[in-house]
Amino acid sequence: MNTNVATAGEFNRIVRFLIHELKPRGPWLTTFNVISIPVIVAGLVILCFRFIYGLGSVTNLTQEHPWGLWLGFDVVTGVALAGGAYVITFVVYVMRVDKYQSIVRITVLNGLLAYMFYGGALLFDLGRPWNAMNPFIGNSFGFASVLFLICWHFALYMVAAFVEFSPVIAEWLNLEKARKFLKSLALGTVILGVTLSLLHQSGLGALFLMAMPKIHPLWWSQFTPVLFFVSSIYAGLSMIIFEGTVSHGVFKNLLTPKGHHSFDDMVFGLAKGAAITMFVYYVFKALLFIHEKQWDLINTSWGYWYLLEVLGFVLVPAFMFAFGHKHRSLNIIKTAAVIALLGVILNRLNVSIICFQWYEPVRYYPSWQEITVTLMVIFSEIWIFRWVVTRMPVFSSEH
Amino acid sequence: MDRRGFLKTTLVAGTAALAGDDLGALELRHPEEFVGVLVDTTRCIGCRACEVACGETHDLFVPDVINDGALATPRKTSERQYTVVNKYETEQGDIFVKRQCMHCHQAACATACPTEAMHKTLKGPVTWDGDKCIGCRFCMISCPFDVPKFEYNEWNPKLVKCTMCFERQEKGLKPACVSACPTDALQFGVQVDNLEIARHRIYAHPDKYVHQIYGEHEAGGTGWLYLSAVPFDQIGFRTDLGRTPYPEYTREFLYAVPAILFGVPAFLLGLNALADHDKPTGGMGSEFLTGDEEAER
Ligand code: SF4
Ligand code: SF4
Repeated sequence: MNTNVATAGEFNRIVRFLIHELKPRGPWLTTFNVISIPVIVAGLVILCFRFIYGLGSVTNLTQEHPWGLWLGFDVVTGVALAGGAYVITFVVYVMRVDKYQSIVRITVLNGLLAYMFYGGALLFDLGRPWNAMNPFIGNSFGFASVLFLICWHFALYMVAAFVEFSPVIAEWLNLEKARKFLKSLALGTVILGVTLSLLHQSGLGALFLMAMPKIHPLWWSQFTPVLFFVSSIYAGLSMIIFEGTVSHGVFKNLLTPKGHHSFDDMVFGLAKGAAITMFVYYVFKALLFIHEKQWDLINTSWGYWYLLEVLGFVLVPAFMFAFGHKHRSLNIIKTAAVIALLGVILNRLNVSIICFQWYEPVRYYPSWQEITVTLMVIFSEIWIFRWVVTRMPVFSSEH
Repeated sequence: MDRRGFLKTTLVAGTAALAGDDLGALELRHPEEFVGVLVDTTRCIGCRACEVACGETHDLFVPDVINDGALATPRKTSERQYTVVNKYETEQGDIFVKRQCMHCHQAACATACPTEAMHKTLKGPVTWDGDKCIGCRFCMISCPFDVPKFEYNEWNPKLVKCTMCFERQEKGLKPACVSACPTDALQFGVQVDNLEIARHRIYAHPDKYVHQIYGEHEAGGTGWLYLSAVPFDQIGFRTDLGRTPYPEYTREFLYAVPAILFGVPAFLLGLNALADHDKPTGGMGSEFLTGDEEAER
């Protein structure tokens, strides 16, 4: 009886608290709002057209290029960039490196939102999204399909990431018991999350294995899954550096001075990790190139494009990370992070779009509608991110 | 020892039990029992009766074969036409080639499909089920012959391609194109028989045909087989597709999945226990939490 009353009281408190928290805060007329609101509205209008008149009415997709920006960038690239969450939880929870403790929450939040929004963008791209639950229910399991596995691992990973983040929500709602319980799940969910990430990061590469005759030989390899996995590690590390830098600028008022100071320290560690994985990736790429005897492909425009990606956007930032780490230069590291991120984007777009059916005379370029919807996805993610960090204790470390 | 052999022995042992029947679906059923069509391009006169029959049977666009001059440039199949006939000028004169889905023995499209909407039926034809399809277009990405087509301008789009008239076959009829062909360029039958007929024609007229049956080995073998008087790359066929069935390319990855799913967590737990000797090493959530909180204090 008594507990019932207490629970009811607690419930009322939470509802009142939520209503209070849902109200917008801060000034409305910021540059970000002025830019993002029209884009989001335009994106929603475009999506209406897409669902009434079909994908062809707003995209430049063709029979030769069935996957475009929404799949190649939002899903394939977005997931690679969200790799930071599994890397950092691995380091902090499995390897118990406490140094990075204070960025775990923010990184997991970033990862979770990225999966929700970029993975969610898949729904616009599916031709028959009302069947989207089919791979999860019913008797139509395509067990032999890589995409089937990815769907499952996406879904399970989102659950794992949500549980990883849930102690923050409990803390925000002031639910001490729930927080303790959820926190006790941490190691288990982290291990599950890391395993699933390993599988779906490489799985995204495995999507292109059967497209062997259609992808330019410089970008097709039976080791693409391994390459995708390794590059997702440094993509994630670079993304943490990049996002950390941005949010330390934007959300300065939410940070404790101590937190600010140790972030620079962490950046050096992250840079070292990124440099090592990038060198490993580069050596692997080079070995594949030599093994496949692809010298005669290099002296073509595709060959130059390949060299630009592998030398300019992998080897160069790898050296910059190493140099920045050795000489304690934050600026070089941050520049390297941006170049490395561009390199990962370039690589994913090359494999999934640009070098797909490279021999076809008609090339694919995204339409302005596809670009607008992509921006809409990114902006709405930032909106939610901003809402969460200004309310929940994301920047403080565990206590 | 090659990598594939190594992977098979190490991983299959651990995973076969788990994956069981499901990966078994990748195994070859009995291709010699599959039905298919033998296309003898030396007999085709380019009348395009098959195109018309296909359009009429499937309620599609029916071309005006007399006037549309469509043979001038090679076409691809489309969401409006599941089959097209193309003309190629070669040293043996004009050659006409009918193209459509090849109905691969181990179909890349069916393996790619996350919902089994694309389905290799036991009889051979590869069919599509709209109740299952989510419209991901992964079948289009994976098909080595670039066959499945998507209706981009429909709110409820279908993935379309030749189904070898599966519904007609259920009623005991031949595919519409085969029935319409006036010159017997198309021969419907079981794979073993078709191969035998094809080989017989090559032996009987060794100067008339190139000594290759396209589809016998391409992409692991296809239900549709082609005979030609000129090398196949001169009449629009890709000759670089290899003999490996396309599902083989993802098989190793799929075999590795259960091993990773169980092996990696065990490995991570072990790592966690080793990671720091000063802290409790049980590796369980609660103890881990205690260690963590102590560190914070
Ligand atoms: S040709 Fe393409 S669509 Fe037809 S069965 Fe083979 S893989 Fe599937
Ligand atoms: S588009 Fe449909 S038929 Fe093709 S792979 Fe996806 S679910 Fe299967």
